[in-house]
Amino acid sequence: MEIYRAHVLICGGTGCTSSGSQTLIDTFNEELKKYNLTNEVKLVKTGCFGLCEAGPIVIVYPEGAFYSHVKVEDVKRITEEHLLKGRIVKDLLFKEAIKEDKVRSINEVDFYKKQKRVALRNCGVINPEDIREYIAFDGYKALGKALTEMTREEVIDTIKKSGLRGRGGGGFPTGLKWEFTYKAEGDQKYVACNADEGDPGAFMDRSILEGDPHAVVEAMAIAGYAVGANQGYVYVRAEYPIAVNRLQIAIDEAREYGLLGKDIFGTGFDFDLEIRLGAGAFVCGEETALLNSIEGKRGMPRPRPPFPAVKGLWQKPTLLNNVETYANIPQIILNGAEWFSSMGTEKSKGTKVFALGGKINNTGLVEIPMGTTLREVIYEIGGGIPNGKKFKAVQTGGPSGGCITAEHLDTPIDYDNLIALGSMMGSGGMIVMDEDNCMVDIARFFLDFTVDESCGKCPPCRIGTKRMLEILDKITKGKGELEDIDKLEKLAANIKASALCGLGQTAPNPVLSTLKYFRDEYIAHVKEKRCPAGVCQGLLSYTVDTDLCKKCGICASKCPVNCIEGVKGKEVYKIDKDKCIKCGACMEACPFKAISKK
Amino acid sequence: MRSLEELAKIREEALKKVDIRGIREGTRIVVGMATCGISAGARPVLMALLEEVKIRNLKEVVVSQTGCIGVCRLEPIVEVYRPGEEKVTYVSMTPEKAKKIIREHIVNGKVVDEYTIGAAK
Repeated sequence: MEIYRAHVLICGGTGCTSSGSQTLIDTFNEELKKYNLTNEVKLVKTGCFGLCEAGPIVIVYPEGAFYSHVKVEDVKRITEEHLLKGRIVKDLLFKEAIKEDKVRSINEVDFYKKQKRVALRNCGVINPEDIREYIAFDGYKALGKALTEMTREEVIDTIKKSGLRGRGGGGFPTGLKWEFTYKAEGDQKYVACNADEGDPGAFMDRSILEGDPHAVVEAMAIAGYAVGANQGYVYVRAEYPIAVNRLQIAIDEAREYGLLGKDIFGTGFDFDLEIRLGAGAFVCGEETALLNSIEGKRGMPRPRPPFPAVKGLWQKPTLLNNVETYANIPQIILNGAEWFSSMGTEKSKGTKVFALGGKINNTGLVEIPMGTTLREVIYEIGGGIPNGKKFKAVQTGGPSGGCITAEHLDTPIDYDNLIALGSMMGSGGMIVMDEDNCMVDIARFFLDFTVDESCGKCPPCRIGTKRMLEILDKITKGKGELEDIDKLEKLAANIKASALCGLGQTAPNPVLSTLKYFRDEYIAHVKEKRCPAGVCQGLLSYTVDTDLCKKCGICASKCPVNCIEGVKGKEVYKIDKDKCIKCGACMEACPFKAISKK
Repeated sequence: MRSLEELAKIREEALKKVDIRGIREGTRIVVGMATCGISAGARPVLMALLEEVKIRNLKEVVVSQTGCIGVCRLEPIVEVYRPGEEKVTYVSMTPEKAKKIIREHIVNGKVVDEYTIGAAK
């Protein structure tokens, strides 16, 4: 085994891969060969570092130099300057990584300072395709401890005492779920992992599987021991090819090392894992639909009870947890229940991973102790709103969640506080919106998603959400009436009360929460036929400001329907509003910002 | 995997490979590797340091490189930073001298005075 003097970590998460990190790896390989550095410098492809906005990201250890937006042509400079001559290439560093001209290492960057990485602890640190690196960072130690030193009851008790709650959305106490499955009667039991992440704007489960797949494998084996199961299934959507690939490598490696299979750690405990691919349907994140899908049936929910803990896969007791929930388990076993419950708030323990997206400077993945305020996440970790715009709302919990406004920014984030605000934790998507977002349009977007993804089994969800979408469409086109708002509320209440599964019951939430906090925008759309944020095409009108117009005619030349008239150099240009298709091409083209939309 | 001991053994081996990525307040050995340093023979010195650290399984020790330290006539130069101690600068290094520094200074905590920049002046 070789010892290297420097490690170059390149992010191989989905975000950085799509911005070209594989080409960087290839180029680094060439450069290292060219300078004869292959024996001194180790290249490692890791999972997500979290700061997707700044990708592709390259970190060079031991200095911890944090390079962002790295391009192929930068590889040569990093190799020649940093790796060969030991001079950090300052202008390529993440801009926050330099303060007072002093280069700071990754741990000092503001983005990471307020974070506490438990579920993500290995993401961006280890090579996910090398089980030895996982073992080096205490991997499989928790499984060993559970199997050789703890009884099944002790494992369950530790999880119960830790206060861990499900990270998939429901927030059910994890230890209790384990206990139910353990106590359920059955000769055969199963454990399953929900990796069917479907919320728009959420990608934490994907990132954990890509960056630290062994954590999930290890946790599922521990769960198998605790509840008495010898077979596990990971249900992943096929839309996550990198995650699926790395998980498969992890399972194969674990088998090879005897960490899956027969007689693990010589204790007589057998456990094996298989991947089941899903086609990527939102409803398959619902537990009973997911189990149906694993069985090869159409992914549709069924009424509960019986809960999966009693009757799950093939009618056998089945433990189902989310990826992030599992990722916490080995840490809890290793460090104890008290360590975990010392983080977080009274009823929400530990940390939570959020996928930060939308109008925010540091788009990416963050993990914070529960109880951190929304303001800290958005302004201190997320770096605030770009282009000096004003914060308007943050959408949490995906289609099942709702919007939270500026006045609630100081709310500590936990399960109960978010529900009290009419939103929810959900799986952890966090979409930030600024003054340019129309809240009616946002509600329409989420409902459009739900209508598309409804499995169709129960009429409230299949028909009710469709009717709601039609009303929203009408409003955003400027054809809404005041009664429509009442109708929306009535429909929402009915769907909430009568839909079969959790997804249907929560589908109206984005509409309800925007109605609650941004009713004035709905009213403006309906009464004044105006979209205050300037988003809804049907309600916009473009006008030329006669004082600013320099009579250049550029707008007219760009108009696809020839609705702008004027005389070049002589006469101010004018838009014929009847002919205008509101494409906005003129406004974009005008060099003098003389065209505005209202 | 038959036992916890087997896992611990794999861990110990694997840890050496990734140790560099941890955050520690350990010893830093820095080799000047600008053009002047390299042409004066800094690379074999660096390799010797790495080799010796590996053989002795020294955790908490990072071998790194830097640019021109400034006294080109005394290259190769190696600097040792230990927590709570003054920086020590060794000059005119060779692989043999480097190994001695690991043995005497890093392991036993005794600065090898005759190789330091003070002695060279």
